[in-house]
Amino acid sequence: MTTLVYLIPVALFLGALGLSGFLWALRSGQYEDLDGAAERILIDREERPER
Amino acid sequence: MSCCAPGAEMALNLDGATSSLPASHEIRLASRSLGDDLSQTDLSVPTVHCAACIQAIETALGKLDRIEGVRVNLSTKRVSIRWRGNEVPPFAAALGRLGYAAHLFDPQVGEKDKTLSELIRAVAVAGFAAGNIMLLSVSVWSGAEGATRDLFHWVSALIAIPALAFAGGIYFRSAWNALRHGRMNMDVPIAVGVSLAYAMSLYETINHGDHAYFDASVSLLFFLLIGRTLDHVMRERARTAVNGLSRLAARGAMVLREDGSRDYLPVEEIEPGLQLLITAGERIPVDGKIIRGSSDLDCSLVSGESTPRTVTSGESVQAGTLNLTGPLTVEATAAAKDSFLAEMVRLMEAAEGGRARYRRIADRVSALYAPVVHLTAFVTFLGWMVATGDWHRAMTIAIAVLIITCPCALGLAVPIVQVVAARRLFERGVMVKDGSAMERLAAIDTAVFDKTGTLTLEQPRLVNASSIDPAMLAIAADMAAHSRHPFSRAIAGCAGYGGEPKLESVSEHPGFGIEATAAGSTWRLGRRGWAGWKARAGEESRYGGTVLTKDGIIVAAFIFEDVLRADARAAIEQLNNARVSVEMLSGDTVAACGEVAATLGIHHFVPALLPSGKVECIKTLAKDGHKVLMVGDGLNDTPALGAAHVSIAPATAADVGRKAADFVFLRESLSVVPLALDVSRKAGRLIRQNIAIAIVYNTIAVPIAILGHVTPLIAAIAMSASSLLVIGNALRLQGFAASPPETVRTHGKRSSIGALARSS
Repeated sequence: MTTLVYLIPVALFLGALGLSGFLWALRSGQYEDLDGAAERILIDREERPER
Repeated sequence: MSCCAPGAEMALNLDGATSSLPASHEIRLASRSLGDDLSQTDLSVPTVHCAACIQAIETALGKLDRIEGVRVNLSTKRVSIRWRGNEVPPFAAALGRLGYAAHLFDPQVGEKDKTLSELIRAVAVAGFAAGNIMLLSVSVWSGAEGATRDLFHWVSALIAIPALAFAGGIYFRSAWNALRHGRMNMDVPIAVGVSLAYAMSLYETINHGDHAYFDASVSLLFFLLIGRTLDHVMRERARTAVNGLSRLAARGAMVLREDGSRDYLPVEEIEPGLQLLITAGERIPVDGKIIRGSSDLDCSLVSGESTPRTVTSGESVQAGTLNLTGPLTVEATAAAKDSFLAEMVRLMEAAEGGRARYRRIADRVSALYAPVVHLTAFVTFLGWMVATGDWHRAMTIAIAVLIITCPCALGLAVPIVQVVAARRLFERGVMVKDGSAMERLAAIDTAVFDKTGTLTLEQPRLVNASSIDPAMLAIAADMAAHSRHPFSRAIAGCAGYGGEPKLESVSEHPGFGIEATAAGSTWRLGRRGWAGWKARAGEESRYGGTVLTKDGIIVAAFIFEDVLRADARAAIEQLNNARVSVEMLSGDTVAACGEVAATLGIHHFVPALLPSGKVECIKTLAKDGHKVLMVGDGLNDTPALGAAHVSIAPATAADVGRKAADFVFLRESLSVVPLALDVSRKAGRLIRQNIAIAIVYNTIAVPIAILGHVTPLIAAIAMSASSLLVIGNALRLQGFAASPPETVRTHGKRSSIGALARSS
């Protein structure tokens, strides 16, 4: 029972963290162009990172 | 047309060579100012479809002067460009060079979709709440007792509050709306069930009861919101795709003032009496009368005439016609709101009565379902009150009945099938604007086609190319390359010979043809009377209307026919096999219609119709009890599209027509019409099956609930199972053969559900 006292808040906090992460992504326009995001990984960057 | 493989989705060359790029005046009108000298322009680029396109556009435009940022959105097929300064950078031309036709679209239509983000947020919140509450509920079901159980219930109650307020709000609002107008929809039982379940669970929790339904009420919302979001995504997708097709309707025109100065005015500000300068390739913005100049007008979108009309000063022109060959000065005779186009919209709105009366199957079922469920719950309550006198127990069981009847399955049954069907059609290049369109299409028994632009492609084709001397054909093709006239484009497409003499001066005589000099002789390509001035009268019958002459002597004649759409004949046969009778209505001449009808095997056609005539024809059919599908593309078809039970338009249709249609198809082939019919009928069958499943489930579950054997655990299992069952059934539509649609069986034996749904 005592474990529950902090386990439940921890579980809820982690869940809420995920939820707020998702809402942030939605608000910052990351869901605007899902098809584009899928294709963009194929675009080669011109500037190669220095090795 | 675009960078990669042909046949890629939506690689549509809408107006190919004639596509005139948006003028910079128009772009300025459509741009938004971001302040700080920055402006943003959104262009619709329908042919973007892969990573290479994105890269090509973003790098090429990014290199232009004064461009701050370019971002391609592949889902909506749009490019947004941020730029500095007063002059519009030449990005439309740059896109044109890359091979992408760019269109402006209505900025009002391009609003960000607020409903979708609201729905997604609601799904996220409901999902979070449902997951957490389920976690706590599982602990309760697996034997948490006393204080622990109460604690879990309290935590669940707290988590459920924001979920109900935020995610449930969508349903509460919609239910309230329906009730206020004396209607019933699926959201009413949902709202009632969810709020009652929550209230009762809260009461139980306060009184240390051992059953609470928090998980049921929240996961119900979660499931339903998923269905609703998918439904919305499907419609939104179709809507943005359709909006992206907007052909550049004239947004403005160059006005010639009395003092000789020129001004570019938006269409709304053009008043009768103003003089407009219309260059070749522009659409005429308002009705007017020609003061100077002569030209050929393409009226196919307006009246359905396939042959361009020659006009000279003094004649009147209609809004929406395309000026092909020569510059015109037109005096406006009507403002935009009184022009032909606006008149068509009014006719369409007047004709739309039949469709507004259609009720979706889900609404018909829910109109029955809600009273039955609520009555059952109420009778259960009374029964237990009479039997035991324990109001608390009676209430608990009555609410368990409400929960177990689970509108989930019913709420999901219809949208899921329609989403899957729409997806299937989308892959084949057909956009579905709303779910009820498929229900209406499944019921049709008559299909009415417009001729020009629907059965035919509005592109004349040279019929006798093989019998013309190749050298002459090459010269003609060379000359024709200088004109926009559809006949010229057909001839220019037949080039393929290199040894013709070099043309020196080429000039176009609007309304007559093209004149060129080459190697000392004068060549003319165009009307017989003008080009062949040395021809003898007897030759009239031997040649068609368009000839090539060398110094006035006819050396070749060209015969054209309208190109039929691919698979037009097969499509009509398939429709006939599916027990749909086919008719043709057209504004074109009897001769032109008769030919097409004979080729396609259409037995019944009516030529030379006015727009109102088409509506009359459709109304007559509807009076005889037929359910009519209208397939058309022109402005003149718009009222008919509105009048018909259901309507389909090609992507090349006039903007108004596309807005009026329920389905829009993007490919050239007409085979999509029987395909859409087939998919709609299958979807209709699956919907009825799903409703049957939901009803069977209820007939089993409700008695158990009435007898008081339902615990929250059983309710959760039963609800999830029924939802999964209807989703699984809907997904069977993916598995159906996607190859040419086979003959559709008409349902001889109506299922009792269908009868139930219709009888209400």
